[in-house]
Amino acid sequence: MKRLFLLLVFIALAPQPAGASDISVHGFVQGNYSVGTAMDNPDGGSFKLAEERLQLKLDASSGPFHVLVKGDAFYGHVENSARLELREGYIDYTAEKWDFRAGRQIITWGLGDLLFINDVFPKDYEAFFSGRPLEYLKKGVDGMKLGVYPDFASFDIVVVPFFEPNRFPDPKRYSVFNPMPGIPQDEKEPATNLENTEVALRAYRDIAGFDAAVYFYRGFSRQPSVMPDNLMAPTKLTLFFPMLSVYGASLQGRALDGVISLETGYYGSRQDGSGTNPMMPNSQLKYLVGYQRQLWEDFSIGMQYYGEYMLDYAEYRDTLPAGFPRESELHQLASVRLTQFLSHQTLRLSLFAFYSPSEDDYMLNPEVKYNFSDHVWAALGANVFGGRKRTSQFGQLESDDNIYAQLRYEF
Amino acid sequence: MKTLMTVAAALGVMLMASTSFAASAEEVMKKSQAAFLYQGKDFKVRVTMRLVSKSGQERIREMTMLRKNFGEPGGEQKYFIYFHKPADVKDMTFMVYKYPGRDADRWLFVPAINMVKRIAAQDKHSSFVGSDFSYEDVSGRKVEDDTHTLTKEEKLGNRDCYVIKSVPRAGDMDYAYKLSWIAKDDMLPLKEEYYDKRSGLYKVFTADETKVVKGFPTVTKRTMKNLQSGHGTYVTYTDADYDAGIPDSLFSERYLRQPPRKWVE
Repeated sequence: MKRLFLLLVFIALAPQPAGASDISVHGFVQGNYSVGTAMDNPDGGSFKLAEERLQLKLDASSGPFHVLVKGDAFYGHVENSARLELREGYIDYTAEKWDFRAGRQIITWGLGDLLFINDVFPKDYEAFFSGRPLEYLKKGVDGMKLGVYPDFASFDIVVVPFFEPNRFPDPKRYSVFNPMPGIPQDEKEPATNLENTEVALRAYRDIAGFDAAVYFYRGFSRQPSVMPDNLMAPTKLTLFFPMLSVYGASLQGRALDGVISLETGYYGSRQDGSGTNPMMPNSQLKYLVGYQRQLWEDFSIGMQYYGEYMLDYAEYRDTLPAGFPRESELHQLASVRLTQFLSHQTLRLSLFAFYSPSEDDYMLNPEVKYNFSDHVWAALGANVFGGRKRTSQFGQLESDDNIYAQLRYEF
Repeated sequence: MKTLMTVAAALGVMLMASTSFAASAEEVMKKSQAAFLYQGKDFKVRVTMRLVSKSGQERIREMTMLRKNFGEPGGEQKYFIYFHKPADVKDMTFMVYKYPGRDADRWLFVPAINMVKRIAAQDKHSSFVGSDFSYEDVSGRKVEDDTHTLTKEEKLGNRDCYVIKSVPRAGDMDYAYKLSWIAKDDMLPLKEEYYDKRSGLYKVFTADETKVVKGFPTVTKRTMKNLQSGHGTYVTYTDADYDAGIPDSLFSERYLRQPPRKWVE
C-alpha cells in the first residue's frame, strides 16, 4: 500500500519532465562503523554497525514543480545483506500564498536539540546510538504537507495515512531492558484507513522578535506499548501503538546575549485517559528550556533542561503490577553541547551530554570531525552510557558503549 | 601682543580644524559604509570565496547572496544566503536580520534533516563560513562603535584617498585599530589594515576590482589576507544586480526551507 502510494506520486509527476528545466544529481559514498567497547552484543557480535553506503540525490524543477528523490544503497556487514532504501521522494508544487508536498518526506518541528516534544515524526534511535550521521536519526513519513502563508501567520498541515513507528535499538545488538523476556512478541501497527490517518498542524509567526509557534497532532505514539494476553502468566505479547493527541507551543528568540528556547506539549493519551491501564503511557506534560550562546570565536555552548510530568500518577502507581520498574512522576533530563571549530572551521570538536537527575543515568557523545577537503570528511566519536538502574533510558545501555567512525566522500 | 593674538587665532583655527576633521572622519566612514553595503534598495549577487591556506590548499564556498535595506544606510537590513558549494552544504540557506546597535538574528536551514535553527553568534567574533572575513566584515560594523580620525590624505595607486584610523571604543575586538583607505570619488574602501597591540599589522583587506552596476560602483573582487597565519580569502562577485525587486516575504522561514529558484539560481 505504501509502495503503491509512492508509485502514484511518481506517476503523477511523469508528464512533467517534458518541461524540466533544471536537473541535478548529487550524493555521497560513505563508510560507517561502530564497535562495542564495553561488552559483546547480546547476540555475540561486537559491531553495532558496519556498512558502506551510496546515496544519490536527484533534484529536478520545472515551473512551479520540484521533485526530489534521495535513495540509499548499502551493504551491512552486521546483517550480511545489501539493501535499498528510499530516504525521501516527493513532489512540490509552489504557488504565491501556499505550497504542497506529497511523498516521502522528513519533517522536523520544535526547538529541542535531540529532545523532541512537538516533533512527533518518526525517529531512528538505533542510528543515533550507533554513531550514524545525525540525518539518520530522522525517518521520512509517507504523506502530504500543505503550507499556507497568509500575511498574519504561516501554517503547515500534514496528513499521514501510513503509520511509521520509531526504530529503537535492536535487542540483538543492544542490551535493552525487557520486563517480560523470552515471550513471543507480535507487533501490530495501526491499520491504514481514514480514521487512523495522522494529522499534524503547526501555526507560526513572529511575535516581538521571537519565533512563536503552536502545534497539534492527532495520531499514535511511535513507541510501542506491550499488551500481554495474560498479565499473570503471559504466553504472547502484542506490541501496539496507543492513540495519542499532542497540543503544544514554542517560543524562541535572542536574550541574555544568546538564544533562548521554550517549548511545551500536552501528550493526551486517548486510549487511557484515566491513567488506570499500566500497560499504556498516561497523559503527560512535557516542557523544555534551552539556552545557547557563543562564548568566544568559533566556540558555542548549548544547555537544555527537559521534563516529562506524568499525569494521573496515583492511578499509574496503584495499578502497576508487582515486579515492573516504576517510572518517576517527573522524568527530568539536562543536556549540554559544546562545539569548538578550529583551523578555519575544518576541524570540529564537540561534546554532547545527557544527564537525568531523576533516573541518575547519562549519555556522553564526544566527536571529532575533520574536513580533509571540500569533498572528503571523516568523524570519530564515542557513545558512552551509564546509570544506577538497568531499567532506565541510558542505564539499560550501560554495556553498549561504542566508538564509531564515519568517512564520507560527497559529490 | 599682536603675535600672541595671531598665535591664539592660529590655535583656534587648528582646534576647529581638528574637531571638524574628527566629525568629518566619522562622516567619511558613514558615507563609505553607505556606498559599500547599502547601495540600492536591494542587491543580488553570486559570491565565490576561495579559502587558501598557507600551504596552498584551496577550498571553495559558492553562494547566492540577497540583501534588502529596511531603512536608511546604517539601518536595518535582511540577508538571505543560499549555498551552492561545497557539496556538504549545498542547499543550505542562511538568513540574517541585521539591526543597528545590537546583535543580529540568524537562522540556518539544514536540508538533510529539514530543520530550521536559530544560531547564537556574536557578529564581532565569528568567522563567516571559515573564511578570513568576520560577520562584521560581510554585513558591516556600526560606525559609532569606533572613534575615527582622519590621519592623512594620500593617493593609493592613482586614486585620491582619505586615510582613516578607527579605534574600537570597547576593548573587545581582535584588533587595536584599523586604517582604511577610502576613495574620495566613490567612497569605497580600497584597503584596510588591521593592527593588533603586540605584533602590529596582521590582517589586510584590499578591493581588487570595482565595476559600476546599474550606476552603483561595486567592489567585485576583494581579498582578506591574514599575515600571521598565511591564510587568505579571495572573493569574486558575479551577476551583481541592484533594485531587483526582492520581495519582503523572501526573508522568511517558508523560503528558508524552500528557497525560490527564481532568486537563488
